[in-house]
Amino acid sequence: MRIPCPYCGWRDAQEFAYLGDATVERPDPAAADAPARFHDYVYLRENPAGPHSELWRHSAGCRQWLAVRRDTTTHEIIAAEFVRGRGARR
Amino acid sequence: MGYSVLSLIANALTGQRGWTPAWRDAEPKPFYDVVIVGGGGHGLATAYYLAKEHGLRHVAVVEKGWIGSGNAGRNTTIIRSNYLLPGNEAFYEWSMKLWEGLEQDLNYNAMVSQRGVLNLYHSDAQRDAYARRGNAMRLHGVDAELLDEAQIRRLYPFLDFDNARFPIKGGLLQRRGGTARHDAVVWAYARAADRLGVDIVQNCEVKGFLRENGAVSGVETTRGAIKAGKIGLAVAGASSRLAGLADLKLPIESHVLQAFVSEGLKPMIAGVVTFGAGHFYISQSDKGGLVFGGDIDGYNSYAQRGNLPTIEDVCEGGMALMPALGRVRVLRHWGGVMDMSMDGSPIIDRTPIAGLYLNAGWCYGGFKATPASGWCFAHLIARDAPHPVARAFRLDRFATGRLIDEKGVGAQPNLH
Amino acid sequence: MSRLRQGGLIDRSRPLSFSFDGRSLAGFAGDTLASALIANDVALVGRSFKYHRPRGIFSAGSEEPNALVELGAGARREPNTRATTVELYDGLIAASQNRWPSLAFDLFAINALLSPLLGAGFYYKTFMWPAKAWEKIYEPAIRRAAGLGRASLEPDPDAYEKAHAFCDVLVIGAGPAGLMAARASARAGARVILADEDFLLGGRLNAERCEVDGEAGSAFAANAVAELASLPNVRVFSRTTVFGVYDSGIYGALERVGDHLAEPLAYAPRQRLWRIVAKRAVLAAGATERPIVFGGNDRPGVMAAQAVQTYLNRFAAMPARQIALFANNDSAWRVGLDIARAGGEVAAIIDIRRAVAPTLTEEARRLGVRILLGGQVVSTSGKRLRSIKVATEKGVERLSVDGLAISGGFSPNLHLAGHHGGRPAWKDDIAAFVPGRAPPGLLVAGAAAGRFGLAACLADGVEKGAMAARDLGFHRKPDAPPRAEDEAAAVEPFWRVGASRGAAFVDFQNDVTAKDVQIAHAEGFRAVEHLKRYTTLGMATDQGKTSNVTGLAIMAALAGRSIAETGATTFRPPYTPVAIAAFAGHHRGKDFRPTRPTPTHAWAERQGAVFVETGLWLRAQYFPRAGERDWLESVTREVKATRASVGLIDASTFGKIDLQGRDVGAFLDRVYINTFSTLPIGKVRYGIMLREDGFVMDDGTTARLGETHYLMTTTTANAAKIYQHLEFCLQKLWPELDVKLTSVTEQWAQIALAGPNARRVLRAVIDAGVDLSNDALPYMGAREATVMGGVKARLFRVSFSGELGYEIAVPARHGEALANALMEAGRGYDIAPYGVEALSVMRIEKGHVSGPELNGQTTARDLGFGRLASAKKHYIGRVMADRPALRDPARPSLAGFKPVDRVSRLRAGAHFTALGKPAAIEHDEGHMTSVAFSPSLGHWIGLGLLARGSERIGERMRACDPVRGGDVEVEICSPVFVDPDGERLRV
Repeated sequence: MRIPCPYCGWRDAQEFAYLGDATVERPDPAAADAPARFHDYVYLRENPAGPHSELWRHSAGCRQWLAVRRDTTTHEIIAAEFVRGRGARR
Repeated sequence: MGYSVLSLIANALTGQRGWTPAWRDAEPKPFYDVVIVGGGGHGLATAYYLAKEHGLRHVAVVEKGWIGSGNAGRNTTIIRSNYLLPGNEAFYEWSMKLWEGLEQDLNYNAMVSQRGVLNLYHSDAQRDAYARRGNAMRLHGVDAELLDEAQIRRLYPFLDFDNARFPIKGGLLQRRGGTARHDAVVWAYARAADRLGVDIVQNCEVKGFLRENGAVSGVETTRGAIKAGKIGLAVAGASSRLAGLADLKLPIESHVLQAFVSEGLKPMIAGVVTFGAGHFYISQSDKGGLVFGGDIDGYNSYAQRGNLPTIEDVCEGGMALMPALGRVRVLRHWGGVMDMSMDGSPIIDRTPIAGLYLNAGWCYGGFKATPASGWCFAHLIARDAPHPVARAFRLDRFATGRLIDEKGVGAQPNLH
Repeated sequence: MSRLRQGGLIDRSRPLSFSFDGRSLAGFAGDTLASALIANDVALVGRSFKYHRPRGIFSAGSEEPNALVELGAGARREPNTRATTVELYDGLIAASQNRWPSLAFDLFAINALLSPLLGAGFYYKTFMWPAKAWEKIYEPAIRRAAGLGRASLEPDPDAYEKAHAFCDVLVIGAGPAGLMAARASARAGARVILADEDFLLGGRLNAERCEVDGEAGSAFAANAVAELASLPNVRVFSRTTVFGVYDSGIYGALERVGDHLAEPLAYAPRQRLWRIVAKRAVLAAGATERPIVFGGNDRPGVMAAQAVQTYLNRFAAMPARQIALFANNDSAWRVGLDIARAGGEVAAIIDIRRAVAPTLTEEARRLGVRILLGGQVVSTSGKRLRSIKVATEKGVERLSVDGLAISGGFSPNLHLAGHHGGRPAWKDDIAAFVPGRAPPGLLVAGAAAGRFGLAACLADGVEKGAMAARDLGFHRKPDAPPRAEDEAAAVEPFWRVGASRGAAFVDFQNDVTAKDVQIAHAEGFRAVEHLKRYTTLGMATDQGKTSNVTGLAIMAALAGRSIAETGATTFRPPYTPVAIAAFAGHHRGKDFRPTRPTPTHAWAERQGAVFVETGLWLRAQYFPRAGERDWLESVTREVKATRASVGLIDASTFGKIDLQGRDVGAFLDRVYINTFSTLPIGKVRYGIMLREDGFVMDDGTTARLGETHYLMTTTTANAAKIYQHLEFCLQKLWPELDVKLTSVTEQWAQIALAGPNARRVLRAVIDAGVDLSNDALPYMGAREATVMGGVKARLFRVSFSGELGYEIAVPARHGEALANALMEAGRGYDIAPYGVEALSVMRIEKGHVSGPELNGQTTARDLGFGRLASAKKHYIGRVMADRPALRDPARPSLAGFKPVDRVSRLRAGAHFTALGKPAAIEHDEGHMTSVAFSPSLGHWIGLGLLARGSERIGERMRACDPVRGGDVEVEICSPVFVDPDGERLRV
């Protein structure tokens, strides 16, 4: 599997570390229901059979965290962008 | 027909004309007391024990494809009860006890073979961690031996003792561990359940749940609606998808785990050996193929296949451990979809939806659990109370913090 | 000799000698082992898996089910090697396998007599009584009888390599379709890789008598290959099997670099594993002939018709003297005609069809070949085939033959097209499966796509090659395909002779018979995967290349379903088996994983260090001196020397992360449980980090070097993980923070100097003007300095040992010089280098936690750091650390342990149980995490996690260690054994 790093170009997935669901957002720890929200944030992730947004870090390259859109049934890579949101898309 | 030497001889004399189906290919009925979704080892075992231990006579197992087509038919067949944490160990030991009487109970030779499971260690810290685990096993009354290098040499003289990057210093051995013929376990439970009246319905995919007053009351399938008093999900690999049909979100990710088999060889490896300095484990089937594997690929997948980096990593581990494997050839490699839970341990519990029960999150270790999983899930469904050895497998443990994290890596499924 | 006097693509000027089962034989360059055996009239080559039936050579390619041999000897012995794919070399040694005592007389052949008892699944129905007998009696017997060849138990002596290649178009298979595909793509300008498993490229062009563009097929192939090899944008790989299709256009390929040699060349690998990244690929892998199922169809002498043709035309070897053909299609007729034209004796062409194209029958008659239409072979006889019985409407006739060429039609080699799960589609007109949905970017051409005619193959190759190039922007009108004829290829589906006698094999290698398929059907194993798993059909080393379709067709007929409804089993890589060593490459032995030496490695070696693996690092474990009996004596001396005077250790392996920016302080406050924004410049602070789930992730010290500049240390084990975590926090969670960070672990050598004389020793290496006084650089102080005459350095007054200590960091290249300088400066103080064992002893004496306590299952409170956590700020893990089970006061927490009988030895991994209670899990209250012999106290001490441990000081417990036979009474104490007030740190 190869991932199009917006900075480094197409690279083997072997160069990347994986962290899973990119759609979860860290809750406000000051919120009244923070425990419940953190439970969902830490333990409940999207797990679709199909397109999935997920976090990959180009550990052996530019070290940037990417949000990669990938189909979990075909492993087709649909898009990749920096999570920092400032980078170019590929 | 009962299986025995006599039945073999009788059929040999009559041109094999006396054999009958091992289980009926049942048509779904409109209603069952319990519908188990998933015709793998866990689902079929659950149905069998519901009928045998709890006397339920109207039970169906519905299976999307052919029985055993999921992880029951694509695992590396290891059975063991060498766990560290109390929440796990009693359960897996109960499973081991059931394995030990399985064939006589089911009248089916599933080739349960207790040839030993050996986990190698390569450092003092690893030795102490295995000692901790072995001691926990012994306190549970389970067999465990801590071996030193000389003892390992006697067992497996062809391991790389003298030129290894991470020298072998010893190992934790569970002699009662071993392997079982995975497909045969499925067929054995199917046949035994069928004889107790369980309907096994193949090619019957669940597309949704029927609901009444918030509770589930049946399943909508590709072969029509089936009403049910209770529904049990035993669909590892597809748990999130099925739970999603009931608007449940599970603490589970689906990952691909690859497995490998070599060409058939004359006996070479007696038991199961795991390498402690990389991700690699191996055993030899009764047919002669070396069955081996390693780490999961590490990304979510439903594709039942993986990629070269993991394949190479596994074989590197193999060569580092047993350099004599070099000219042995990989015959086939494949992938299974693992229910990777957030702490690496399974879930056998009620769900927030009345009537819906969950058996999931087996990570890459579900096969060895098959008998106890079925036993405890049946207990839960029949009595609405957890079986004592499975009471730690709660769905709410992530909220309470009563995690069962053997590896201590936290909520990162691809590291469990 | 069965070698023809002329013809063939062998090099008769290069005779080669080889041996089979100890018999010396001769062949030629260009032979395979199989063709050479045939040329030497060797018909019996192996024994089958289950019934040990004598078997010969069935095919001429990688689909071979029967002729498996052990190739080579000693450490190079390679079991289960297909004689049909082994390129002959001088001195080749091969032996038959799965027989005892000899190939000709195999005692296990008794299994064949018992075969009525040993039908499909027999072992599931017996061997259950008594239960204990399975492991002791039945299973060992089954295991000995099963298996095939014997693996060597010696390390593989050869080298293996991994390589990467990139191309626009990968063409898999160099037969007519593949050659044309490669040529069309290459002529259009694409970068092309052409790979074929054979050592001679051309596929069927070398095996058949055919003409292309007016020249012999083999000559056309040679010219096409020569053209391709001459093009700068083409790489041609022979002896290379593309075995798997992975994601994103990655193809796995195995190049057999040295397998055609007795030993690989010096400095060359035996095999090379390629990862080929291809934007497009054309699968042109041809088709495989299927056998017909009838009684005795496995006898040596029964061979695939295409194989007979290949041995005849390519290898000039006649497999038998009198050959009959038995087929359901036109292709086999051409084999018969080729035999007759080569001067062989064709006993008859038997075709199940009653009507066959007149062109074929007329040509056969012209050559004097007898034709039996509507005929079926019903039985065979002879250990090596002697005769067959043929049933026609006129009755049953016996034919004396020693060869029978059979053909049940062709199955396209579509395996790779199915590697992503695409299901093949059944086509009635050619009685074969053709590829369904192929992996992205993969086109299928020629016979692999079900286009069997030669002209069709050539044309399809041109079309698919041009199409692949065009997809990538290489537009060129393709040349017209070469001229050739589409030979007759009619086929009538036919799988099994119903009325035949004797065991009728579907899967030769696994001995699966038509009767086994019937048993599977009767017992309900009717799904193709159930059929496969119950009977083992298609699970042998050939992966069912010749058997799968036939087996499922028989099942379809029994079940009254169409073949299309029945479907096929899943194709899994590799296409042909691949050596484990090839996947491993050079990652074995000491090179299994990289080795990270510390900057002072060579210095430590000179000091006589014993090294230990710490992750990828090699660290000095201890420094034995002459006369010391064991490691404990050395370690005890190192600890005593350090505590009494001074010692040093390389601490470079700790992770070092440099953080700079306006918001570093705020950032650190969010990732540590304690506060760092208030840390003064020139100070160091110890910190604990949690995972988001509230458990401890790591600990370490962080120094503030400037207003906007911090330096963090992590544990050795977690360096990469923490770095990744911090990057995640910055990039994903808080991109608004102005923080830049980078790992500097490898940029700095860091040496810890500890002991009451540490300051004196340090003073000798530090440059003038640096004030080391307790006021100027107090405990937990940090500053920059220069050492050894101008070498930039950082000084941290930290201590893991509990003594007055400094860590001195210098650019990594100066690490060794610093170690030498410190040793020199410490000579008067009896300075002792110490290793990680002494480090561990001293940290346990001080109650510092390390890997065994930071095991990912402990909370900050468990480890006694509850008070460190700031209540005034939010930090990672704080919310989840508040979950009930993590706050449970009964959780195991850190405590110290001493043996009540002070001479007893403690061991890590022991479990704590109450005194006077049985050693059982219900009394288990925790475990010993770390132990050491304390030189300072003169007895063993331990750290452990015990339920409410910190509240139970003074109580006694058992430390049970049944796996090592230990059961020691211990006393619970403070985890700090030495200098509890930390006075020595501050002097």
